[in-house]
Amino acid sequence: MINLQSVRKVFQTKDGEVKAVDTVDLNIRQGEIYGIIGYSGAGKSTLIRILNMLERPTSGTVTIGGKNMSELSSKKLREARQEISMIFQHFNLLWSRTVRENIAFPLEIAGYPKDRIKQRVDELIDLVGLEGRGGSYPSQLSGGQKQRVGIARALANEPKVLLCDEATSALDPKTTDSILDLLVEINQKLGLTIVLITHEMHVIRKICHRVAVMEKGKVVEEGDVLNVFKNPKEPITKDFVKQVTEPEETVDTIRQFIQEFPEGRIVQLTFVGGRAGQPLITELIRNYEVDVNILQGKITQTQNGPYGTLFIQIKGSEAALSNAMEFLNSVQVEVEVIHNA
Amino acid sequence: MLSTWFPNVQWDVLLEATQETLYMSAISVVITFVLGLALGLALFLTSPGNLWANKFLNSLIAIIVNVFRSIPFIILIILLIPFTRFIVGTMLGAEAALPALIVGAAPFYARMVEIALREINKGVIEAAKSMGATNTQIIFKVLIPESTPALVSGITVTAIALVSYTAMAGVVGAGGLGNLAYMEGYQRDNADVTLVSTVLILIIVFIIQWIGDRITTTLDKR
Repeated sequence: MINLQSVRKVFQTKDGEVKAVDTVDLNIRQGEIYGIIGYSGAGKSTLIRILNMLERPTSGTVTIGGKNMSELSSKKLREARQEISMIFQHFNLLWSRTVRENIAFPLEIAGYPKDRIKQRVDELIDLVGLEGRGGSYPSQLSGGQKQRVGIARALANEPKVLLCDEATSALDPKTTDSILDLLVEINQKLGLTIVLITHEMHVIRKICHRVAVMEKGKVVEEGDVLNVFKNPKEPITKDFVKQVTEPEETVDTIRQFIQEFPEGRIVQLTFVGGRAGQPLITELIRNYEVDVNILQGKITQTQNGPYGTLFIQIKGSEAALSNAMEFLNSVQVEVEVIHNA
Repeated sequence: MLSTWFPNVQWDVLLEATQETLYMSAISVVITFVLGLALGLALFLTSPGNLWANKFLNSLIAIIVNVFRSIPFIILIILLIPFTRFIVGTMLGAEAALPALIVGAAPFYARMVEIALREINKGVIEAAKSMGATNTQIIFKVLIPESTPALVSGITVTAIALVSYTAMAGVVGAGGLGNLAYMEGYQRDNADVTLVSTVLILIIVFIIQWIGDRITTTLDKR
């Protein structure tokens, strides 16, 4: 659906050249939710704007739905943009228009007749759950409601692709989740391809099928969300994965525990996919002569399946311990011994 | 009673002068609004990073605007005499004041329009572009509607400046309350005529300000 080949974007500044996007190749499939994660300044904002040519790439090609975006005439580009809509971190609604008029805006641009606009706006208001707020001005809405207007506006022309520019970064966690649920709903209902950029791993974990990690203009890692969670290669990816699997306090808790109770082994188990649901610990205690003490654990759901980490302390004779470790290594979990008394 | 307090005021002449002032102000405000809006849009759109970014055009328009905005109005009237003769055919009467009023006020308003447009959130323009809007659609559906409160308060300030310009134009023969205050009040030493003319100008100014403020508050939904 979307194909990027060695896309580069170089800005000339007083301090010399800045490579905002540095030779990026991406392939985004039809109907998937594709996340691009990176810290601010990684170039993800520029990259997403290259997709609809709000920023022109310095070199490389961008193909969306078979069209080479950088070679389109300005008229053809405007038509193509009606099929690639965008939502924004700060919503970018027109304050001078009501909710209805804001949603009608792209339809006016596309030249729809008045009665069709009215009918379509009604549908969209229902779809994003803004019944009864049609006559309000954006200043009278909450952040979450504003983003719903943004989404309705973006869907008005029945686009094939939706670009989300940090769409939840200005919202509180609860509102973020409701907006993410809405994005998943429209992805499934309308079969829309969604490309989103974010700095929050939570967003990737919750709704994305595949993810690309960006650092200094380059895509340093890419793949299915679950695989990236399971096996992060780059240090920056490990940092992002830790955001959702290992809360800050985990490390401290475990360290303190080791100081107080230095016996046995402390092991970190990482479950990926189906295995997270199986009674592994029960098996461990039943079949081996060991005591198991659960220190901390967390299981998170991703679009491709569950992912979790569990910290346990295992106590027992040396022989029992090595048998237990052998068992753990034989099942499909990642085992890492953190402390061995 | 009026004739004992203001013995020298001829009320029919005063009425006529007021009408002339209102006529000059009204026509010049309308034309200044249109011209100033066009000039202000041109200034904004040709500035770096905008829809029609063009360094040469931008500095050309900026120079014209700055020159005409900087010439003192009374001198501008004199400089424009040949131009006015050519267009209006005479140097006397309310019509003859219009070219100078407009040439003096339009650049002034153009700068205010430019400032108003700069205040618009860039993200909204980007959003319109991302929907495939043409430049014309962006101008008429985004730029102008999103800056209306500032455009209205700007034209209010400009209209008030125009009322005082008409008084100056009156001195060089355009009629109106300024002319009355100068010729009948000052030259003939009738302080009451000057006073009444001044009060009438103040009333006009207050009414303009009040209307401007009302419209601005109604339009502003932020």
